[in-house]
Amino acid sequence: MNLFDYIRPATLPEAIAAGARPGASYLAGGTALLDLMKIGVAHPGQVVDISRLPGLDRIERLDDGAIRIGALVRNADLARDPGFAAACPAVAEALLSGASAQVRNAATLAGNLMQHTRCAYFQDPHSACNRRNAGAGCDAIGGETRGHAVLGWSDACIATHPSDFAVPLVALDAVVEIAGPDGPRDMPLADFYALPDATTPGGVTLAPGELITALRLPPEAAGFAANARYVKLRERTSFAFALVSAAAMLRIEDDRIAAARVALGGVAARPWRSSAAEAALIGATPGTDIFETAADLMVKGAAASGDNGFKIALARRITTRALTLAAAGTPARMPALPASVFAPVTGTASHA
Amino acid sequence: MPDPMNPAASGHHVRLGSNSGQPMTRRDGAAKVTGTATYAADNRPEGLVHAVFAGASIARGRVTFLDVAAARAHPGVIEIMTPDNRPPLHVNPDEKFHAFAWRTEALQDDTVRYAGQPIAVVIADTLEAATEGARLLAPLYASDPARIGFDQGTRYDPPAVGIGAEADFAKGDLAAGLSAAAQVTETRITTPLQYHNAMEPHAIVAEWTEDRLTLDTPNQAIVMSRNAFAQYFDIPAENVTLRSPYLGGGFGSKAIIVGPQLLAILAARMVQRPVKLVLRRDQMFGPVQHRGATQQVVRLGMEATGRLTALDHHATASTSSFDDFIEPAANASHNLYASPSIRTRHTGVRIDTGTPGSMRAPGEASGSAALECAMDEAAEALGLDPLEFRLRNYAETDPASGKRFSAKALRDCYAQAAARFGWADRPLAPGQMRDEDGLLVGWGMGTCLFPAPMFPARARAVLRADGTAVVETAGADMGQGAWTALAQIAADGVGLPIDKVVFHSGSSDQPDGGVAGGSAHTASAGGALHAAGGDAIRQLAEIAAADPDSPLFGTGNTGVTARDGRLYRSDDDSRSDSYSDIMVRAGLTELTGTGSGARDPANEERRAMFSHGAVFAEVKIDPELFQIRVTRMVGAFAAGRIINPHLATSQLTGGMIWGLSFALHEEGVHDLRTGRAMNADLAGYHVPVNADAPSVEAILVDETDPYVNALGIKGVGEIGITGTVGAIANAVWHATGKRVSSFPIHIDALMG
Repeated sequence: MNLFDYIRPATLPEAIAAGARPGASYLAGGTALLDLMKIGVAHPGQVVDISRLPGLDRIERLDDGAIRIGALVRNADLARDPGFAAACPAVAEALLSGASAQVRNAATLAGNLMQHTRCAYFQDPHSACNRRNAGAGCDAIGGETRGHAVLGWSDACIATHPSDFAVPLVALDAVVEIAGPDGPRDMPLADFYALPDATTPGGVTLAPGELITALRLPPEAAGFAANARYVKLRERTSFAFALVSAAAMLRIEDDRIAAARVALGGVAARPWRSSAAEAALIGATPGTDIFETAADLMVKGAAASGDNGFKIALARRITTRALTLAAAGTPARMPALPASVFAPVTGTASHA
Repeated sequence: MPDPMNPAASGHHVRLGSNSGQPMTRRDGAAKVTGTATYAADNRPEGLVHAVFAGASIARGRVTFLDVAAARAHPGVIEIMTPDNRPPLHVNPDEKFHAFAWRTEALQDDTVRYAGQPIAVVIADTLEAATEGARLLAPLYASDPARIGFDQGTRYDPPAVGIGAEADFAKGDLAAGLSAAAQVTETRITTPLQYHNAMEPHAIVAEWTEDRLTLDTPNQAIVMSRNAFAQYFDIPAENVTLRSPYLGGGFGSKAIIVGPQLLAILAARMVQRPVKLVLRRDQMFGPVQHRGATQQVVRLGMEATGRLTALDHHATASTSSFDDFIEPAANASHNLYASPSIRTRHTGVRIDTGTPGSMRAPGEASGSAALECAMDEAAEALGLDPLEFRLRNYAETDPASGKRFSAKALRDCYAQAAARFGWADRPLAPGQMRDEDGLLVGWGMGTCLFPAPMFPARARAVLRADGTAVVETAGADMGQGAWTALAQIAADGVGLPIDKVVFHSGSSDQPDGGVAGGSAHTASAGGALHAAGGDAIRQLAEIAAADPDSPLFGTGNTGVTARDGRLYRSDDDSRSDSYSDIMVRAGLTELTGTGSGARDPANEERRAMFSHGAVFAEVKIDPELFQIRVTRMVGAFAAGRIINPHLATSQLTGGMIWGLSFALHEEGVHDLRTGRAMNADLAGYHVPVNADAPSVEAILVDETDPYVNALGIKGVGEIGITGTVGAIANAVWHATGKRVSSFPIHIDALMG
């Protein structure tokens, strides 16, 4: 680990000033940055510890019905907040399906959103990676690619975004509140994660000194609370990143779908939405046929980036599954295995 | 005939069950959960500095440049050790000077033989400075293409497999057996590179005091390793003290000396200060052994009645380019099913990895996986229930040698596990069962088998005049509970309650406790402890018998029984004398007995000795997404006398979970272009979490084995893995109708 200065600013302006210096990295929960420093991928010259900044750890309901979550709210605290979990059950389910209890207790909202890809070639300092080193190339291509992207990738980068949390958030049109040297700005979370193009890798780009202060869910997000699920496919029952995952949220009125939100995780450099798929669902009677139509639209244009063509079929199937589960209704209680296919369809407590 | 004056041999002087047989909890448990148990890396001698090795990022070639100046300039860096300035070793690390010596990498030259190989060591005041120093070395290489994977490796016929086992075996006429068969099945199974990944990484604290060396390092063969370290550094064995009171798991990877340990000792010599070297998790994927990958083909010939006519098992296994450890997978077919013809063969493949080694059930785990899948496929071909098929091929004598078994309660294992599991309700055809949520349900089974070897081991028992005893052997507690089970045996050996016995273990200044491997530690070290106690009691009985003031005066041939600190006349319980009184009258403060673990060579000659078991598994599988969960496992095991049912059950269920891990999770993924491990951490290299193993049950089946050793003990540490891997794969078939050809079983293998 390189030598670095540890700075603990007392106020947001101090934090921004410290973070704007070349080579600075913000530290909150530490569950991502410290790992990257230990494996030699991150080498910050200054670690700016924002974990004690005041006022960034609140979950608020705004006057217009929007929900505002402070950057330092811990994943576990958010998922277990009764008001939030009731309003956005799929987000809570996604949070609880991620990492482990210990990590969720430490990890913050902003840190989760800022986390880097888990692409093994990004994490291996000896491999070429455009995300780590612009223009270096992408050693993932032609390598071990079982978990890599099948949507929105390019020859510059085939990495996926690993967060579960971000998947339903993107579907709900969440907005990131950013503070920086040039003042605050808002950005839709979907745009926050850039897809790669022919020469540029995907990922998050913030200007020096910028940091997330909060995430805002618009008032209509809570309108999906009755029919909202997150489903995550993985080869270990817990503590594993998604091979593919899906968030599905429906507003059902008079047995018809009045509004639909669907996003896929584990397939692209950002949680993947399809306006065509959501449009197809609107007005339809919930059922397998329309869900499969929507699922086909979700993976339209998908292509293997390596030994991962099977993920396209899985992405389609998990979309159908998530929509089916959402249509059946949000479970009264969080399943004992959140987001797992081994949580019964009925959604009642599952414990083998 | 038992010798009445040698109670250790007769076993009559103890009431087995007074300590042995009790389900004691781990005596070291409180120390471990409160953090006071001192593991190797917890040692911080005065003046300690830290060493970190730089690992090669190529898999084959030479190091042409190291930026030593940059590393040396980093604040806190004390010294850089490279092949140019490394102090000498008395034994060339490429020399195999005994059966447990691997060729290893200790900066003997600039060659790179696999990715992750140590190519330099940085010594610094802090771990962080040493780590950064190693990074700053920024090596340059002359690299050759990596050879990783079966297709890129070089095949050869190995002279031996495992540690000195035969590479090829034949019994009966295989060709005749195959041509006489009504049906022949062929099963192909591939298993991946697997890395031990004990929770505690390899670690060492080395301190020189002139020509004396003190080592704190987790080790499964303490005295053997002490002797080998002494050879490497050309000092008398007694000049080396190796302390290993606790291991955070070993699984076979901590039995032999590996390069990083030598490097830490060399570094300590170089800087004249104590040095600590702890491997990072990613450094566990290279220099500290692994299980080689295998490609296996099992051909079975059967009569229409279901009796085997031929068993042909060929295993191809990977090893390094520079040393030989061939996973002896095909040998798993020697001793289980009663085929009149058996042939097993091995082929080696040299690839650019570190050298493999013993990884929990080496050969037995991977070989059983293929054999049990093959048996299931054969049962299907015959239209037979898989358990019935196995019963029709039940071996009454050892199929390989023809010897009688020392004990074999496998029928009881089958019956008890099947009953507990509910196997009788299993539909024969696959794809018949669904649960209430629509998940596919499948049931599969496998037979478990593990040999019962013994290693030479010695122990000392000292009776003290205050009625207590000190008992010693250099045993290894890897978490399996040796501190507890060995102490139970030791207490019985001296006829005392366990709280009157001080048990010392885990250090090379104690008598050689042998190797904690081969599931043989309790039998070997336990046998030695029991014999040592018996030797002390024998001496005590002689003193009492010769002492006119003792109630036992003149007991002579009638013998005595020792219990609870007293000797009793075997034929008259009313006449007894306490250890204390006997010793005080004789003017003794201490009385020392010694003993060794042994097996009657005549029994070894005449009997085949194995632990047996059966595992039944239930899987549930999503019918569209194919995520797999092992919802239930029931195993039943017969392993002779069980010293501690609590610990034995823990070992057996732990083995079954390891089998689950083999079946569904573990896989070392290497980039085929560079040879580098691409999942070298526990986020990428999966082992099961609790949610993967919701219900795991092990039944202890009564078995008395009068031949295996004096105490009748066989092993329980590894057998749980065997049988389980196949049982899960067979359950996956039963749920889906799909036969898998490679482990771990991935979702996409079931999608097609």
